[in-house]
Amino acid sequence: MPTNSSIIACNITKRYGEKLALDAISFDVQKGELFGFIGPDGAGKTSLFRIITTLLIPDNGSITVEGLDTVKDYVKLRKILGYMPGKFSLYQDLTVEENLRFFAGIFKTTPEANYNLVKDIYSQIEPFKNRKAGKLSGGMKQKLALSCALIHKPEVLILDEPTTGVDAVSRIEFWEMLAKLRANGITIVVSTPYMDEASRCDRVALIQNGSIMDIATPEGIRSNYKRDLWAVKAYDIYRLLIDLRKFKSTWTAFPFGENIHLSLKNENTNPSEIVAYLQAAGHQNVQVSKIEPSVEDCFMELMQGVKSE
Amino acid sequence: MKGFIIKEFYHIFRDFRSMIVLFGMPVVQVLLFGFALSTEVKNAPVAIIDHSNDQVTRAITSKLLSSGFFILSDEVHGEDHIEEVFRHGKVKEVIIFESNFASNLEKDRQAAIQVIADASDPNTANLLVNYTSAIVADYQQEYMKGLSLPVAITTESQMMYNPALKSVFMFVPGVITILLMLITAMMTSISIAREKEMGTMEILLVSPMRPMQIIAGKVIPYVLLAFANAVTILLLSYFVLGMPVKGSLLLMLAESLLFIVMALSLGIFISTVSKSQQMAMMLSMFALMLPTILLSGFIFPIENMPLPLQLISNIMPPRWFIIIVKSIMIKGLGFQYIWKETLIIAGMTLFFIALSVKKFKIRLE
Repeated sequence: MPTNSSIIACNITKRYGEKLALDAISFDVQKGELFGFIGPDGAGKTSLFRIITTLLIPDNGSITVEGLDTVKDYVKLRKILGYMPGKFSLYQDLTVEENLRFFAGIFKTTPEANYNLVKDIYSQIEPFKNRKAGKLSGGMKQKLALSCALIHKPEVLILDEPTTGVDAVSRIEFWEMLAKLRANGITIVVSTPYMDEASRCDRVALIQNGSIMDIATPEGIRSNYKRDLWAVKAYDIYRLLIDLRKFKSTWTAFPFGENIHLSLKNENTNPSEIVAYLQAAGHQNVQVSKIEPSVEDCFMELMQGVKSE
Repeated sequence: MKGFIIKEFYHIFRDFRSMIVLFGMPVVQVLLFGFALSTEVKNAPVAIIDHSNDQVTRAITSKLLSSGFFILSDEVHGEDHIEEVFRHGKVKEVIIFESNFASNLEKDRQAAIQVIADASDPNTANLLVNYTSAIVADYQQEYMKGLSLPVAITTESQMMYNPALKSVFMFVPGVITILLMLITAMMTSISIAREKEMGTMEILLVSPMRPMQIIAGKVIPYVLLAFANAVTILLLSYFVLGMPVKGSLLLMLAESLLFIVMALSLGIFISTVSKSQQMAMMLSMFALMLPTILLSGFIFPIENMPLPLQLISNIMPPRWFIIIVKSIMIKGLGFQYIWKETLIIAGMTLFFIALSVKKFKIRLE
């Protein structure tokens, strides 16, 4: 067992009645790593995080966090975990400061004792410290929730979809805060449905239907994408998508913003063939350019693979 | 721990609804039961059919009418019309003296008065009949003593005919019990269920706090508030409703405290089995409120219940507390008379606490 592993999960399986939520998942997270679980809603992220945080018992398999078993050693483990559940679990009727003080209190510490750890984050919401938590904006709630999860100086921080329901600017700020925390040596496990956040992690696990499809660095995941990828643009994007999906050599075509990302069955297809096909179908302003795959492209590709199997 | 209790107080004091339930409800309920729902009846219209019309029947009639409970309605002129006037609701009770009343009483030592009441409102009918027979019984005593001692009788009748006070005696112990039971059990169960609903329970669980600490942190604020409530109710019933505390006030407060802790542990138990605030509320309402009112002997005497219900009433904590309250407040009895009931409530408290700690989940499922 490598000593620099913080979390080691082995064959985690979890069922809710008939439904299989997690299907024999195994992974390990290094100490001080910023590890991301990326997948759509219902992929099993929350179930997995609840097992890591001792809140659920897996039907099969085991997880150790910092050498402590999540089932047997839950009392010890709960002291070193920082957990931010999917919903911002704050007391809406308590002020910002009262929330922080309360969460410090249940870990037998005070906001002052570990202030330096949360200073960067908390100082941004400190001007509103007498405001009720229920009256904060999504981004501020998120910062407060993070401060509360950090206030007892946890060794491992588990964040379940911290950026869901938060505006784009706050999301970027949030990832910057996580990067700083990581620099302090805290192991961070975070889940997100947003593929574009994958590049912020040291390593990511792509999770879908309770299974991990790939674990690698963001670059590693992108380099696993073997096909050429084309961004196609035209005047009528909706009709463009329909026509591209009818195209005989199309492998996948997914809309990404104002482009359609197209991969082809035959690697030797020339872009001019696509343009010719589209112009014949009556499209105007057709542009085709070769692009580097993003994590989302890889995810789509992996899902395509699962479906066609 | 201290932080937890402070937080809990913030929750209560900042929630308008909690404050209403905690402090508005007791006052309103006590006053409602004390005044509006008092079973006292005043100035009920009665008809008197006097077939005898001698000095005795006239004396009884005037005694009835001067009591303040009845006013004479001269609508009925014979037995044939009784049903008709009842149907119109003009008369609540008809009193019929048999013929030759005075001479029967003198010769046979007995005479009959027939009392017919409109029992469509059973409580009122019951009361009116009771008043009537009490007044007649009073007259009978008076009659036997001879007419030379009328002064002694007036003071005695004052004592006997105070049904307004009597209804307070009946209601206050029941109201105290119901309020303490409902408020404490419902409020704790809801407040724990709210943590589950809001997701904050997840964080509390993933903290080094032990189940016992979380429960204690939840319970202590409510013990204090419910105790303040009990004192308020006692003060109200003493000063506003004139309910005496004949026994030891200290004992009364100590017993209230015990009952509060019992109700709280029941509330925690309810919250451990309910997932949402709604469910906790429904459970406290139906599982606590109805049995408390129906089976505790508060409204329906336990002795009159069928045997199965009598057996069930034994496991109703309020049943025992009502006995305690009545014993202390009305009968003025000391601890030696109620130790058994006290022991039963203490036992139930321990039972529910043990059950809650055991059932309190250290995980999410």
